[in-house]
Formats: sequence, structure tokens, C-alpha cells
Amino acid sequence: MSQAEEITPKGRGELRDQPPPAVSRRTTFYGTLFRNELRTTFRRWRTLALLAVLAAVPILVGIAVKIETGGDDPSGPSGNGPAFISQITNNGLFLVFTALAATLPFFLPMAIGVIAGDAIAGEANAGTLRYLLVAPAGRTRLLLTKYATVMTFCLVATLVVAVSALATGALLFPLGDLTTISGTRITFAEGLGRALLIALVVAASLVGVAALGLFVSTLTNSGIAAMATTVGLLITVQILDQIPQLHALQPYFFSHYWLSFADLMREPVYWDDLVRNLGLQALYAAVFGSAAWARFTAKDITA
Amino acid sequence: MAPNASDDSATAADAEELRAARRRKAARYVVPATVVGVAAATIGLVPALADSGDPDLPKISAQELVEKIAASDVQQLSGTVKITTDLGLPDLGGLANSLGSAAGPSGSGDGSSADPSAKLTELASGTHTLRVAADGENKQKVSLLEDAAEYSLIHNGKDVWGYDSKSNSVFHTTASERDGKQKDDELPATPKDLAEDALKAADKTTSITVEGTAQVAGRDAYRLVIKPKDENTTVGQITVAVDAKTGLPLKFTLTPASGGAAVVDAGFTQVSFARPAASTFDFTPPKGAKVEEGDAGDASKAPGHAEDFGKEQRKHLDKGSAELGKNGPEGLNVIGDGWDSIATFDTGGKGVPSGSEVGGDAGSFLDSLGDKVSGKFGQGTVFKTRLINALITDDGKVYVGAVTKDALVKAADAGK
Repeated sequence: MSQAEEITPKGRGELRDQPPPAVSRRTTFYGTLFRNELRTTFRRWRTLALLAVLAAVPILVGIAVKIETGGDDPSGPSGNGPAFISQITNNGLFLVFTALAATLPFFLPMAIGVIAGDAIAGEANAGTLRYLLVAPAGRTRLLLTKYATVMTFCLVATLVVAVSALATGALLFPLGDLTTISGTRITFAEGLGRALLIALVVAASLVGVAALGLFVSTLTNSGIAAMATTVGLLITVQILDQIPQLHALQPYFFSHYWLSFADLMREPVYWDDLVRNLGLQALYAAVFGSAAWARFTAKDITA
Repeated sequence: MAPNASDDSATAADAEELRAARRRKAARYVVPATVVGVAAATIGLVPALADSGDPDLPKISAQELVEKIAASDVQQLSGTVKITTDLGLPDLGGLANSLGSAAGPSGSGDGSSADPSAKLTELASGTHTLRVAADGENKQKVSLLEDAAEYSLIHNGKDVWGYDSKSNSVFHTTASERDGKQKDDELPATPKDLAEDALKAADKTTSITVEGTAQVAGRDAYRLVIKPKDENTTVGQITVAVDAKTGLPLKFTLTPASGGAAVVDAGFTQVSFARPAASTFDFTPPKGAKVEEGDAGDASKAPGHAEDFGKEQRKHLDKGSAELGKNGPEGLNVIGDGWDSIATFDTGGKGVPSGSEVGGDAGSFLDSLGDKVSGKFGQGTVFKTRLINALITDDGKVYVGAVTKDALVKAADAGK
């Protein structure tokens, strides 16, 4: 029923003489398409450059804090700046939290916007989308694969920031038991566990942007336009989130609860905003994911 | 050729099929629309469904309920408290800062914010989430949740710690100088403190009734309604939700006589009567944190600090005479009693604060807050909030109370 299958029998006359496509293609393991997509995405220079920029942020923050405090002064910079920055000099693990807090509002979602916006529109732009559809996977599965790839990128990007921050923090600052923002102490191992949990929550916070970007990507055949629109929407929402008169709407902005990941550093953990954030991301994923599906499966693929 | 074949069969059937295909395409958008609809319905309906109506509780008299509160002996609890304060003032955060800097070098000047009294002004406007935990007389903790930061006040045995995670600074003092009781006076954060204050003010001038029941933080509660009989007061009514089982006040709401949203609304959103983990009350200053010791010499200096910090706005912000008595200038008098009591004191002939004194934006801001009034007493300025009004006469007398402007002028006239 999909255009992909119709191409083979309706093609040029000479194709009819050839044997039907190998049966093995039909029973292709579901992961193959996904694996190919991953390989294509992560091999691109563009992707690697994005990841390199993300990895550089915690290094820059770490060096800046180190220089500012002169290495010996035990008191960190005062309370202005990204969250947790005052604790970095005493415990390098806090660089992970600071780096995530610094990259989450803009760098991370921008990278996601680039990858998600490029997912469908980029293929259409390069004229490769119809070849992708030749594979007997169907449009729904292709879309799901694209979304899975973008979400994998969310996770990888977040982990790159976290790991780079942890490495920088370990090199420049002491490590050890840490004090939660509620004033209680936890061991370094538990702190590492919380850092991982925070990285996962940050990655999950990007699910909404990813779905939005994918939907925008199905609307146009220009990869650049899709990326620009996604990043533009991101900036617009962030600005609207700062306007006090819109406080009634703000709880529904995908970025509104992003910084709630810091609540994981309270003791006991304050779950209210975290749950709200994850619920909101799931809602965005459902709405824009299904909108992308509605658009993509009904679209005329011309390129 | 295939393309030609389709050319001459472009008939009505094809057009029909095209329309059908278009309908099928449009039909797919039903899915996202449905998701939005379901989400909107869930957001709208779930709170309504969760609000399963007021619980059925045996009837109880106001006297019994007040006794229940007095007899309440909750030693162990932990929970989350939400406080919304709407005095009708603009956000005071910026003002406090500008005043603080305008007031010249304030104390040590390092801006250490772990001092508990400095945090009080923050609670004066907006919505705040607090966490409270208590385990007996000697272990209490109050935390003010901020964005990616937290301010904790921990009382454990003889130590009282204030920890501000944002600036990584610590305030330390010992309980013998600043025991738990006094701390409660300074930070009336839990509903229990607030309710006790309200009941203390109750006498013949007040009607206290039990009006129905409510559900607060998932617990069944009685609603104790306190209404002033005085006409001059700006206090409309005070509602206290009292836990039916333990007698612990769970929610405190103060509505002004002028109507509208509550001036103060403080209540548990979640509460548990289990013993909190012992580690909750353990505190060791983190490595490298700035520790400010609040011992003998400094203990008296710390409130003075706060006075510098917010001296000017304190005059018309102070909630009650107790606070004024402690931190305010000498010579405090209270005129009348009950709800329309007015606190008055002499600042020493300075008149309206601010203007040239405070200078800059803050000065003009303060001026814009006030209304000029005149009477037998002379000239003065009235600073109004939705609850507390203050009259500052040009010869430096200050009248403050939860009363109307007219009552203040009358009191000033009488005092002349």
C-alpha cells in the first residue's frame, strides 16, 4: 500500500524480468534500519562537531572557575551564575551539575533541534528520502527509527556533557563526599549515582524538543528551514517563559520545568516538579510525534 | 507506456478516489488532536475528581477544636508547606537589594545570606515552598526551596545551622542563645505557629466558629473560622484547617476585609507523621563554605544587620508588634487592643523615610507607594498594603496596624 512497494512492480519494463526483491529484506530485523540510521547520524562531521562543542562547555566552565579562584582559595565564586557553581571548587562532581545546568537551556536543545530538524527534511533536501522509503520498512517505521535516533542523540549528547564535566572536575578539583543542597551529606558513590540519574532526567527533558523538531522536519523539504524553525521556536518559548504576565501558560511550555533536575540533589528528593517535567515531555512527544506521523504518512514524497 | 495509459482514464472515479485519499489523510490528524484533547481533559478533570468533597467528620464545637489544637502533641513530622503571600506589594526581592546597597556598606559586606533574618524578607511576597521536619524538641529543620538551591535552617541539639546552598555559606549559632522557641517567633513558617499567633489574638472582639470540614494534604480536617468583630481592621477572616486526628493545624488562610485573594495562605501540601531520618538533622559545614559564627557578640549584631538591610521597608512591612518590639526603635506603644490595635513609635523626627535618604530608584519607589494625608496631627504619609497600613507623620511618628487608613489618622489625631 505504501508507495515504496508500488515502485517495484510499476517500474520500467526490464525490472519485471528480475526476481522479486529478496525475501530476507522483508523479514529484516527491526534493528537494522535503526543501526544504519545511527551510523549515518553519528558519522556526520556536523554531529561530531556538535558533540565537541558540548564537550567543550564543561571544560571551559571548569577552567574559568579554576582561574577565578586561583586554585588555593577554598571559597568558590559567589551565588551568581549557573546552579551549583559555588560548590565546584570544593567538589569536582558539582561541575557535572553546573555543566548540565549551563547547557540545558540552550546548547543541548539547539543540538537536538539541528539533528531532529534534519531528520526528515535533510533527507528530502538531499534527495535521499525516497531511496530510504524503497526499503520495505514503511513510513511509520522509518519515522519511529528517526525519532529513536534523535532520542539516542539526546542521551549521547547529555552523557558527553556529563562525562566531560566529570573528567574536568576530577582533574582540576578535589573529589569526595558531597553536601546536598538540603545540607545533608552523601557519599561520593551516591553522588555519582545521582549525577547519572540527573543526566538521564536531562536527556528525558529533551524528548519534547526532539518530537517538536521531528514534526517541523516533516513539514518542509529544506533541512536548514527545519533546523532554523526548531531552534527559533526553542528561543521563543524560552523568552515567553520569562514574561511574568504569561504565568498561566508557562507550566505548559516544554522548557518550563527543565531545571527541576536540580531537585534530585535535595534530600529527600523533591519529586513534584520532576514528575511534572517528565509528564510534560511525554505529552509533547505524544502530540508532536503523532502529528509528525499524520503528516509524514500522508505526505507526497517528491524528493 | 504506463503514463499514457493513465491519461485517458482520468475520470470521475479517479477524482472520487482522490477525495477519499484526501479524507484519509486528514483523518490521521485526528490522532494528535485526540491526544491534545485527552491531555486537556485530564488536566482539567483530575483535580476536580481528586477533590472528592469535604470529608464526613463528627460535629465538634469551636472550644473543643481549639483545645484539640492546644493539646496537639505532634513530635515527629515531615512535610511540604506552600506559602503564598500577597500583600499587594511589588516583588520585594529587587527592592530589598536596592535598599540594602543604598543603605551603605552593610556589615561585613560579603553578602552572606545564610543569616536567618535576612531570609525573612523573602517570604513577604510571592509563593514559596518550604519543607519542614521535626523530631522532638531538639531536632527541627526548615528548608526554603529555591531554584536549584535551598536555604535550610537546622536545629539539632545545641547547634543551630543556617545553610544557603546557592552561595555555599553557613550561619552557625548555639541554641542556648537562640533557642528553638525564639526561632519559631522569627520564622512563623508552619501552620501551627501561624494558628497559635492567631488564636492568641482572639478575645471578646472575635468570633470563632467551626465551619465544615476540608481535606488538606490528603488528611481530613476541620475548618476553624476566626472573624474579627472590629470594623476598623483590614483582616477579613482567618481560616485554619485542623487535622481531625492529631489536632495539628494544617492550613492557614488570611483573607482581607477588602476581599480578593488571600493575603497569607500557608498550608501543608504533603505531610507525614513518621519519624524523619536522623540524617535529615545532621549538618557539617561543607568543605570551603563560608561559616559565619553567630555567637555572643555577633548574635546581637546579626539582627542589627538585618535591620540595616531592610530598615526602611521593615517599618511598613512588619507583621506584628512583637517583631517591631524586638528590632524596631525604642519607645514602642500599642494603642487599643484586639484586631484594631495600632503600634506606634517615634523614629526621632526623621519623617518619611527614603527620598534623599535612600536615594535613587528605591527612594522614588518608596514615595510612589505612599499617600499623603493630613489631619489634626499635621502632615503625614500612609503606606498601604492589603493587610498592614502604616502612617508616618512628618514629625517622625509611626503608626502601624492591620487597620484602615481612617483608623490610623484617628489614632494620630488622638495621640496629638
